[in-house]
Amino acid sequence: MIATGLLKLLTAVTGSLPDDDGSSFWMPPQVSTVAQGVDWLFNFILAISVFFFLLIVVAMVIFVIKYRYKEGQTAEESPTHNMALELTWTVIPLILVIAIFIFGFKGYLDMSTPPSNAYEVLVEGQKWNWSFTYPNGYIDSDLHVPVDRPIRLVMGSQDVIHSLYIPAFRVKMDVVPGRYAKAWFQATKPGEYDLFCAEYCGTSHSDMIAHVIVHPVGEFETWLEKASNFLETMTPVDAGRKLFQVRGCQQCHSTDGSAKTGPSLLGVFGRTQNLADGSTITVDENYIRESVLEPQARVVAGFEPVMPTYQGRLSDPEIMAIIEYFKALDGASSEE
Amino acid sequence: MAVDTLAADGAAVGNPNRANYLNTGSGVLSWLFTLDHKRIGVMYLVAITTSFFLGGVFALLVRTELLTSGPTIMTADAYNKMFTLHGAVMIFLFIIPGIPAALGNFVLPLMLGAKDVALPRLNLTSFWFWMIGAVFAVSSIIIGAVDTGWTFYTPYSTTTGTAVISMTLGVFILGFSSIFTGLNFIVTIHKMRPEGMTWFKMPLFLWGLYSTAIIQVLATPILGITLLLLVAERALGVGIFDPTLGGDPVLFQHFFWFYSHPAVYIMILPAMGIISELVAVFSGKHIFGYKFIAWSSIAIALLSFLVWGHHMFTSGQSGITNMIFSALTFSVAIPSAVKVFNWLSTMYKGSIRLLTPMLYVLSFLFLFAIGGLTGLFLGALSVDIHLHDTYFVVAHFHYVMFGGTVIAFLGGLHYWWPKMFGRMYSERWGQVSALLIFVGFNLTFFTQFVMGSHGMPRRYYNYVEEFTTLHQASTVGSYVLALGFFIMAGYLIHSLFRGKPAPANPWGSVTLEWETSSPPVAHNFDHDFLAGDPYDLKSLKYDPATQGWVRKDPQSIILSEGGAH
Repeated sequence: MIATGLLKLLTAVTGSLPDDDGSSFWMPPQVSTVAQGVDWLFNFILAISVFFFLLIVVAMVIFVIKYRYKEGQTAEESPTHNMALELTWTVIPLILVIAIFIFGFKGYLDMSTPPSNAYEVLVEGQKWNWSFTYPNGYIDSDLHVPVDRPIRLVMGSQDVIHSLYIPAFRVKMDVVPGRYAKAWFQATKPGEYDLFCAEYCGTSHSDMIAHVIVHPVGEFETWLEKASNFLETMTPVDAGRKLFQVRGCQQCHSTDGSAKTGPSLLGVFGRTQNLADGSTITVDENYIRESVLEPQARVVAGFEPVMPTYQGRLSDPEIMAIIEYFKALDGASSEE
Repeated sequence: MAVDTLAADGAAVGNPNRANYLNTGSGVLSWLFTLDHKRIGVMYLVAITTSFFLGGVFALLVRTELLTSGPTIMTADAYNKMFTLHGAVMIFLFIIPGIPAALGNFVLPLMLGAKDVALPRLNLTSFWFWMIGAVFAVSSIIIGAVDTGWTFYTPYSTTTGTAVISMTLGVFILGFSSIFTGLNFIVTIHKMRPEGMTWFKMPLFLWGLYSTAIIQVLATPILGITLLLLVAERALGVGIFDPTLGGDPVLFQHFFWFYSHPAVYIMILPAMGIISELVAVFSGKHIFGYKFIAWSSIAIALLSFLVWGHHMFTSGQSGITNMIFSALTFSVAIPSAVKVFNWLSTMYKGSIRLLTPMLYVLSFLFLFAIGGLTGLFLGALSVDIHLHDTYFVVAHFHYVMFGGTVIAFLGGLHYWWPKMFGRMYSERWGQVSALLIFVGFNLTFFTQFVMGSHGMPRRYYNYVEEFTTLHQASTVGSYVLALGFFIMAGYLIHSLFRGKPAPANPWGSVTLEWETSSPPVAHNFDHDFLAGDPYDLKSLKYDPATQGWVRKDPQSIILSEGGAH
């Protein structure tokens, strides 16, 4: 009884008292199966840290007050070393850090070993967006998952190192070009959560944010089926707009006339465009198609040749839809 | 005290205008080509202070940008350059050379009762290399700056369009400067200790510098090689780190941290040495547990080479590698904890004078405790996965690097200032500034722990709304911090011209640098020493005539009369 009371007091003092959703002064909500274990160890280390911090600071303050210099008084005689004492404060921290290490390693093993029946989603990072490919081939810019089901992510990068980080799940894994990185989680509550890029990757690193949408039981399959059929169910312009949004185009191209990393696409179709090599071109279907598949071929003047190729990543019907969408961006029917 | 008075040991006090190293030789060239370790130390001090100012301006720009999410005062690209420059300037130009090259250069030979370091020309070369390296590094700002972060991670650094080559060549050259200083200190400590100063009678600052020097000499070449490979890849297209050329980007991280983790201890070990000196002097007591403190410096220096992998827990390295590095990482916690307990015990039953240097000691103990303890969170594998690359890490290393190293540097600067320039600074303003720095620092960085554990990633130009209040508090903190430094600059510069003349030994310290006048004469000492216990504070008495401390038995430390060796 007293022990639980003390524990409560300690958790309250250290700010680790959890709310209903598992969040605390220190931690975001707990939405994955591993979150509780991570937070438990965090709080355990926090308690140890607060104890030692107070020990150091209280001792320091007491010594400063009690042994403050007074006129004509010198330091009292006291030993200059004490083997037993010094060994004590070597060994006690040693035992504590060994305990922390073991707990940390055990937790890590759980976090890095996915169950064998996990649902697999392919992840691709590129400057500066994420794309998530589902088993049926559908690609989305947000990560949709069913609740209470282990999800395994197989991740690759198009360019530099990125890192997939979902604070609510306590999951983080670097996505290194040239190899596949793996991570897994099992969400415990439906809702929408932030997914960040945690490894610095250039200009819009801080905008490389996606969302994780955890669907309630039974709703994920319905969502996936509906989302996958967008080319059939939507008009080409709407489908093009959706592709523009989810396949990373809008990270660098605005539709309102303002230049970002790439030129704005407002009124792009039929426009006469100055190119970096000094020539000009009238933007038509073929130039758009070429710019998507071979972005470095004819770069617009004033912009860096940094766009990644979409060769093999967009199908012909998808490119058609995007071209139709660009045609609709004529300034007359303004977007958003 | 306008008139010269002679202290018992023959050193004149009370008039900074008498012959000393500052007025022996005049003109710019007498400084730039000096072989006097004191002048080289002062030049380094000016150089690193300038770098610190520059790095501080970058930091304030970064914090100001973060007042609001979205654009505040600059673009995303400018922001990325600002945090890179802040990191690179602070790490390579300020904090690595900071204590060893500036304070160490000045103090080390004096603490040994020697005329100079063992290799004075190498010492000057080190300073010149620093200058050349700094020119390269700073010129990268003019030719477009660098936006890679101070860590230069590949393949970003080999593909970005910014001035990476100039910056890395600068850092490469700075590495030589660091190696030369380390080599010089190792030789000097081995060969030039005075009679009676056995290894375990060395002042602990020298143990700190010695263990630092070992790391400087052994680790810095790795950084040099790594940066050369980086330049080779960028300039010649040799595939080492870039996967499109057949390289491995994670290899760069291994190489980089194999230097840069030990480098953290290049920064903190001499700081710990300063704290050991200060806590004894201002507690009026012998240091507690001398041997544990000395050995723990060596232990930290050696262990520091075995923990680099903890920077890569999320890089995809194997689970077994992660386990080994996590275990080794915790081993470094022990010697650090031992030191803190020993410093506290030194204060026990002392006679504590709360002068400015001691305020920095207290500040150090408070901040370093937080910096060290938060390292436990990051060493624990499962917790680190969540905290890695967030503001929690940013806050942790600022508590260690600023709360530890910079605070100790400031303590040391205030402690040796009277010796360096022969003038006392305003004690009252010293205390005001120490307090402002303490408060401002905590406001700036404690908030970042909370942001980090909530998932705020580092190096973010924009941020999600929930972090706005904490970001703004952090920025306000940085302004308070800047105010503290502004005041410090004011009273220190004022003291150079109007400060009260300093006695030879204003604080009551037993180490040998206080046996010469303030400022020291060019040849340091008039006689050789028979060194005793560097913490035998009872061997001194206060002399009201000079307002300084003198030996009760001045003859006890003199080896032979007349002439320097």
